[in-house]
Amino acid sequence: MTVRINGKEFEVSPGTSVAAALLNIGYSGFRRSETGESRGPVCGMGICLECRVQIGGVRHVRACMVTCQDHMEIETDA
Amino acid sequence: MTEVFDGIVVGGGIVGCACAYYLSERFPKVLLIEKGPVGGGSTAAGMGHVVVMDDSRAQFALTQYSQQLWNELFPQLEPSCEPRSTGTLWVAADEEEFSHVDGKRKLYESNGLRAEVLDTKAIREAEPHLREGLPGGLLIPGDSVIYPMTAAAWLLDQARLRGAKLLQGRAVVKMGQGKTTLDDGTTLDAHFVVNATGDRAQTLTPGLPITPRKGHLIITDRYPGYVRHQLVELGYLKSAHEMSNESVAFNAQPRATGQILLGSSRQFVGWDPGIDRNLIAKMVARATEYLPGIGSLSVIRTWVGFRATTPNSLPLIGSLQHDPATLVAAGHEGLGITTSLATGKLIADIASGVESKIDRNPFAVSVEVKS
Ligand SMILES: Cc1cc2nc3c(=O)[nH]c(=O)nc-3n(C[C@H](O)[C@H](O)[C@H](O)COP(=O)(O)OP(=O)(O)OC[C@H]3O[C@@H](n4cnc5c(N)ncnc54)[C@H](O)[C@@H]3O)c2cc1C
Ligand code: FES
Repeated sequence: MTVRINGKEFEVSPGTSVAAALLNIGYSGFRRSETGESRGPVCGMGICLECRVQIGGVRHVRACMVTCQDHMEIETDA
Repeated sequence: MTEVFDGIVVGGGIVGCACAYYLSERFPKVLLIEKGPVGGGSTAAGMGHVVVMDDSRAQFALTQYSQQLWNELFPQLEPSCEPRSTGTLWVAADEEEFSHVDGKRKLYESNGLRAEVLDTKAIREAEPHLREGLPGGLLIPGDSVIYPMTAAAWLLDQARLRGAKLLQGRAVVKMGQGKTTLDDGTTLDAHFVVNATGDRAQTLTPGLPITPRKGHLIITDRYPGYVRHQLVELGYLKSAHEMSNESVAFNAQPRATGQILLGSSRQFVGWDPGIDRNLIAKMVARATEYLPGIGSLSVIRTWVGFRATTPNSLPLIGSLQHDPATLVAAGHEGLGITTSLATGKLIADIASGVESKIDRNPFAVSVEVKS
């Protein structure tokens, strides 16, 4: 199945979390802090909120808590 | 000889700070006493909607006067006070509510305020995340939003620049007849003392008819532009005046940060500080009736605060009949951020013996003195 990350299509295996998909592709920065610093996943279990991305137009979704779906639209640094 | 103050203000919430602000324009020796952080009481818990409210003639006059005073201060406020002209959009849930909108428009316009009726199409253009098919609403463009805690601190800072003093970290245990006793036993003298302790005012001035009314608020993460105006359901006043034990009304505020502050609940449960999860769920459900997508946004915090409720929903602003050196500025229910400045002006007028711009009688204080 495929997901769209920042407008580009990527193949992912079913069951992959969005965070794992992004890391596999080579993203380490998932979002920007209020002052523009790059931030990425820390805990991998929904607690630190550092892995937030935009999924399907909804901002501030924790990438580590969501499993990739076919044709999912994911934006980093949104 | 011990120092005699012109005026002492007890309580550094937004009301006490506004009193100090205007008193310090007229009196050189003003002292404000706050036991905790400035603006840390109900002021820290409130929403900061500066709104002209039409629930009674007196409330309309007080809120309108206070809004004019806020508008005068807006250009001077620090950016941290986050003053924003969001306007208020009163949203009708059904045709019945919508049928009252034009009457409300006329009332605001006859008092010199702008008001605009929005139909079903216009309301969604104004607020694209509102549910489709809502009949419309009323836009009051002159209303605004501030950040209450920093605004309170700013007012006090200005008062201190004019010479007012702050005594922080000491609670007042007794006040009356110009004497103020602190929790370390010290007694201070003043020509007049203002009780501005909000929902606690009846403990320092026994007999004041004030009851705490608890409110829950919810704040989301940052979603800039998701909501543009302060949104309030038209049924809000119905809910606010319901003296039942529990009510929920839809109220959404866009913060300067892009966060959305969601209200609101009203409960008579004393000073119980707990978060009621069922009530939070009811508030979200209520908000979802207006903003169907709101459930997909992340909430970062919920909290509660207490409104100082009076029997007629009007604040108590005035001196005690049996003790004219004691002034009361408390009981501001859910409007104290808005009405703080007018309250400060009225208190300064009373203390300096001059007439006020609005009729003070509706706010006169009467206490049941137990003998
Ligand atoms: C959920 C909620 C939403 C609200 N939304 C709005 C809104 O959108 N718009 C609006 O206009 N209003 C709103 N309000 C109302 C507003 O917050 C209050 O009316 C206002 O903050 C009251 O200010 P205050 O200074 O009277 O009281 P407080 O802010 O409570 O200040 C009283 C101060 O007195 C101090 N104090 C108490 N006892 C003593 C003592 N013995 N000695 C020394 N110090 C003492 C306390 O520490 C406190 O700092 C809301 C309120 C709530 C609860
Ligand atoms: S990595 Fe910590 S919340 Fe997702």
